[in-house]
Order: sequence, then C-alpha cells, then structure tokens
Amino acid sequence: MQNTCEPPKSPSMESRPAAWDFKRLFQPKTVAVIGVSLKRERHPANVIFNKIHLRYPVEVFAVNPGGGDLFGQTVYTSIQEISQPVDLAIIAVRAEYTLDTLKDCIDAGVGGATIISGGFAEIGRPDLQEQLADLARQHRFPFIGPNCLGIYVPGNIDTFFIPSERMVRPESGKVALVSQSGGVLVDQMTKFAELGIGFSLGVSIGNKALVRELDLLEYLAADPDTGVIAFYIEGFAHGEGRKFVQAARRCPKPVIVFKSGKTSEGMRAVSSHTASIAGDYAVFSAAMAQYGIVEAINELELVSFCEALSCYGEPIDGRVGIISPSGGHGALAVDLCSRHGLSIPAFNQEQQNRIRADLSSSVQPIAALTNPIDLTGSATDVDFMTAAEYLARSQELDAIILLLLPYTPEVTSDLGARLGRVCRRHNKPLIAYVPHVERYRMLIEGFEFNGVPVSPSIKGAVLMVKALTRNKPC
Amino acid sequence: MLKTEIKTVLDKARTRGWVSEPDAKRLLSSSGLEVPRFVTVTDPDQIESIVADLGFPLAAKIVSSRIVHKSDVGGVRTGINSIRELTAVFETFSLLDGFEAMLIEQMVSGLELIIGAKMDDQFGPVVLLGMGGTGVEIYQDVSLRLAPVGITDVDAMIKGLKAAPLLSGYRGHRAVNRDELTRTLVCFSKFVMAAAGMIESIDLNPVMCSEQKCIVADARIMLPPVDGPTAA
Repeated sequence: MQNTCEPPKSPSMESRPAAWDFKRLFQPKTVAVIGVSLKRERHPANVIFNKIHLRYPVEVFAVNPGGGDLFGQTVYTSIQEISQPVDLAIIAVRAEYTLDTLKDCIDAGVGGATIISGGFAEIGRPDLQEQLADLARQHRFPFIGPNCLGIYVPGNIDTFFIPSERMVRPESGKVALVSQSGGVLVDQMTKFAELGIGFSLGVSIGNKALVRELDLLEYLAADPDTGVIAFYIEGFAHGEGRKFVQAARRCPKPVIVFKSGKTSEGMRAVSSHTASIAGDYAVFSAAMAQYGIVEAINELELVSFCEALSCYGEPIDGRVGIISPSGGHGALAVDLCSRHGLSIPAFNQEQQNRIRADLSSSVQPIAALTNPIDLTGSATDVDFMTAAEYLARSQELDAIILLLLPYTPEVTSDLGARLGRVCRRHNKPLIAYVPHVERYRMLIEGFEFNGVPVSPSIKGAVLMVKALTRNKPC
Repeated sequence: MLKTEIKTVLDKARTRGWVSEPDAKRLLSSSGLEVPRFVTVTDPDQIESIVADLGFPLAAKIVSSRIVHKSDVGGVRTGINSIRELTAVFETFSLLDGFEAMLIEQMVSGLELIIGAKMDDQFGPVVLLGMGGTGVEIYQDVSLRLAPVGITDVDAMIKGLKAAPLLSGYRGHRAVNRDELTRTLVCFSKFVMAAAGMIESIDLNPVMCSEQKCIVADARIMLPPVDGPTAA
C-alpha cells in the first residue's frame, strides 16, 4: 500500500485558439444595419438604425436588398455597395438569410457582427446557428448572438432594438455586464443607472453560438476601460464551467456572477449521496467561491457588489466599524452584518476615551462609542470626521459603514467629499448609506465623486462590504 | 499504473453499473487510502479459519451485485463477537435475494464522515467532504470543491462545514487527525482524477476518523450508463 500522496499541481488549462479581436466590434467607427424595413416603420432594425444615426458618434448605413430611402437616408442594397470599410454589422434579417448575410460581411471585410435575429436554438434549430459559428470560426470573424440585443457602450454604440426614449442607460463607468438574457441586461441597466453605477460595456450574448462568456472574460480582463466584470449566466456547456473559473482566477479584476436556474436539478434519479447533494447549482456555487469569483444570489447583491468592487478592488477581512447619528440604524446594521458573516469588534474604554476627547462639546457627553458609534442627532461634520479618522486608522477594522441621515441639522452637503478624502488617505474602504431622495443628491454625489459607494438601503451597504470580503478564493 | 488498475476493475463492473465493496476497497487501498482489514467468504465452514487473525469485534456485510444499499435490506451487522454469531449472520444473509458472499471486516470507530466525488457536466470532477452516516442527505452539511484538491483546499473544506468544531474536538470528544484527513482527501482526489472519464460518482461513507486514522468503512463507486456520456 502506498501511503504518500503529493498535493496536486494546479490544474492546467486546455489549449484554446487565440483570443478574438473584438476591437472593431466593440469600438466601431462605421456601422451597417442589415435588414431595415421600408414597410414596417418600427421594425427592430429601423429602431437601431435611427438611434445610432441620431445619437451616436459613428457613421451608420442602412442595408436592404430592395434599396430605397429610410428616414431620409440612402438604403444600400448590400454590404458590398458601401464604399468604406464597415467595422460592425448589425444583422436583423430572417434566420434563413443569416448565413448568406454573414458570408457577405466576411467577404466585405467587416470587423464583426451582432446577430439580432431569432429562430435558432431557442426554437429547436441549433443546426442553423452551428453553421454560422462554423463559418465565422473559419474566417476568425467574431459575432455576438444570435437571438440577442447586442452591445451597449455608453456614448459610443448601442445596438438594442429599444427606442432611445424607452431606455434607461447607465453613464460611462467601470462595470462590464455580460448577460445571456437581453431582458435581464436592460432591466439591470435601469437599476445601475438609478444608483449611478457606470458601464464600460453591456453585452447581451443570446444563444452564444460563437462568442461565449469565456471569450468576453478574456477580452474584458485586458480592456483598460473595464474595472469589474459581471455576468448573468443561465448555464455552461459541457466542461465549460471549469475553463471559466480557471480564467477568472487568472483575471486581475473582480469577477461577479449572478446565476439563474438555481433550483433545477438533474433529471435522472441518482443513487449516491454525493450525486444527490452535489446538484448542478451546489457545484456551480462551490466552484465560484473556490476560484475567487463573487457570486451574487439576487439582484440587490448584483448591483451592490458591482458598485462596491468598482470602488475598491482589494479583498479584505470582515471586521466592520459603523458610524451613525442614530442608535437604531446602528443596531439594524449590526444585525445585517452578523447575518452576512461580518464582525463588529467593540472598542474598549481607552479607545472610546480617545474618540470622545475630540468630539464637539454638545456631542461629547451623549455619544455612544462602543461600535456601532452613535454620534446622536446633534452630530456635526467635524464629529463624523473625528470618528471616521479614528476608525480609518484602526488596525482592528477592515471597512467602515457610515449610516447618514441628512435630516440632522448640523450635517452639511460637503460631508461626503470630506469623509471620502479621510478614508482614501488611510486606504480604508468606506461605504455610505444615504436615503436616495432627490434633495440629498448633492450630498450623495459628494460621496460618489470621491470614490465612496452609496447605497439607498442599509442592507445594500452591508452587502457592499460583503462583496469586498468575497473577492478572493475561499 | 493506478489508471490501468482502475480501468481493469471498472471494466469488470461496467454492465452492473457499480463496483462491489470488496473491489472498491482494494482499489482505494492501492490508491493510498486506509480500509479495514477484510475477507470475503462464500462457505460458512471457512469462516473460522479465514477470520482467525482479524480478532473481534467484527462487522459483516452482504456482497451482492443486485444490492446497492446494503443497510436498507438488513445486509449490515456490526459488533459481532464470536464465530457462532458470524455463522448465524452468514445464514441470515444467505437467505437474502441476490446473496453472493459475505464480507467480514475489523470494526473501526471514530467520527463518521463522508468523502465523495461526482463528475459534473459543467465543471468536471468534484470532491465532497461532509458529516457522514445514514443522515447525510438530511443534514447536508458538506463542502464541495473542484478536483484536484491540495492541502489548502482541504483546510477550506473543513472550515466550510457547520460541524467543523466536531473535527477539532468538542466537549470531551477527541479531535480527528487533521493530517490523516488531509492525506486521505488528497489521495482520494488523485484517485478521482485518474478515474475521471470512467466513473459517475463515489460515496465513501462512512469514513471513520479518529485521533489516529481515517478509515474508509464503506465504499460505493457508481459507473456511468454503458452508452451514456462520461464527463471528463
């Protein structure tokens, strides 16, 4: 019997073809919308052509074999007819014409495509999209889709067939969100925009016949505009999950995953305990944690994690200091912290004395300073600064949650900017809760423009700290 | 080579769909895992001579290609203290439908853990560590990890169990030998990687872990359907 087992070497990555060149696809200067309709005004391709023509700094061409005129612009009869090189083709023709259209794009030297058209694997015709993928692979021609919304790059390009006035768009920022579902992407964009979280890129990959999560992970890992990479994933193909987590571990940026289909279990009855317990989702979730991918289990976690990790990329342990002008808010935050595995170390008398010594005279006798720190409704900006300065310097804390109620009379709208600077100086993550009411917008932006994430709920603020603790293999 | 040996044993069991306990234990033993000393008997007259150097108490289990869950059919007896008892158990087992032989092994004690493996379609080979015994699926206190696993992975797996304090010694109970548990899991994970294309799932349950050793008291290796996919 052999009794020595060497620990294994780290798993090796199977060789993969060279990465796709997505530059012209995601940063196009010239765009063709193929499949515009001269009969149906609100045809998806027309919506796309119209919004790009009116709103984006790219040159756009409409294509339909019939030619003619759309919204006063020439309609070209084919991609070859366009006199200059086209970077991005948006293909919105019927499924049976997509293969020929793709061939034309490749022949014309187009840089890449998004195939909006439906009628493929989602209706039981995987063969059609396989033909597209085979052709594209042969010619190293990247395309997104089919059956997708395509891409959104703030201020640059938007291929969604949703009229501009109906869409809520995040501003330019550091988060890239890759979604198998177009609907989920649009919905999340609305939420991100409401919370002021900026996008570097949004991609709806639809049936992901060619370009899949792994390809985009590799592209985004090297993309200088992207700081946080988030995915909405329904499932991986055979063996693909392992390659994805291995690539995510090599990626220097935080990777966040939001999974649907958590409850569907294998169809076949299983006769071992292990197979029964280790269902698809249990394995998925364990693999994410093992490889340092931050799994969001609901939409609130997704937006909170994206916002927190776009401000603070360094993983931390979970010891939290809480500052509030309200004892109740402090207590609620403590409950939420402990539920999410974060600890609230108490300050001893000597530590409390040191903070108290620097508080304003009206707050000094009434503040509670054990952690959570309750500065009371009389707290001034200086009191918040004093407490934050002390907590930011503490070696016993990894992050600070500030629960700010702007109703208290002594707080000014400069506070966010000032606290942001304190914590940046000490390199201690600060996360703020401020009720998102329009009249406090200046205060909120004071935090946000100084790199401090702000949540409109206490729970959101706690989840932001949790994100920082999860951004590492565990 | 380990892989060749695994293939030989698994090919033999292919049509049945799972590997018998004696074969599974022999395979695991040659992969570096500890199993109790055991013998198999088909003739009650052999019992006395064959168990002579095992000592008492002993455990006895039915060996049958038709019975996967032995305890469900009354095919497991523990705490046997004499040849007379062993012979009586043999007679009872031999009346059970599908009886082929009886496995007799040394009793082992310790904390009951489960160590398992599964070929996942999306992620490939996965290993599991958890609280074992018949209540595994009720408590579901387990940690999962993509294989292969190393020492730091095993530490994280133990830390991930609700019952982790039980493994470090809790209220008068002795701690399990962490080095042995780690070695067992690392060896098991190597075995799983070598068998990856050939198996569907494995339960080592219970694995009895004490201050001295971790011993695989029961083992079940499930094979993929003959024409079915093998997740590699």
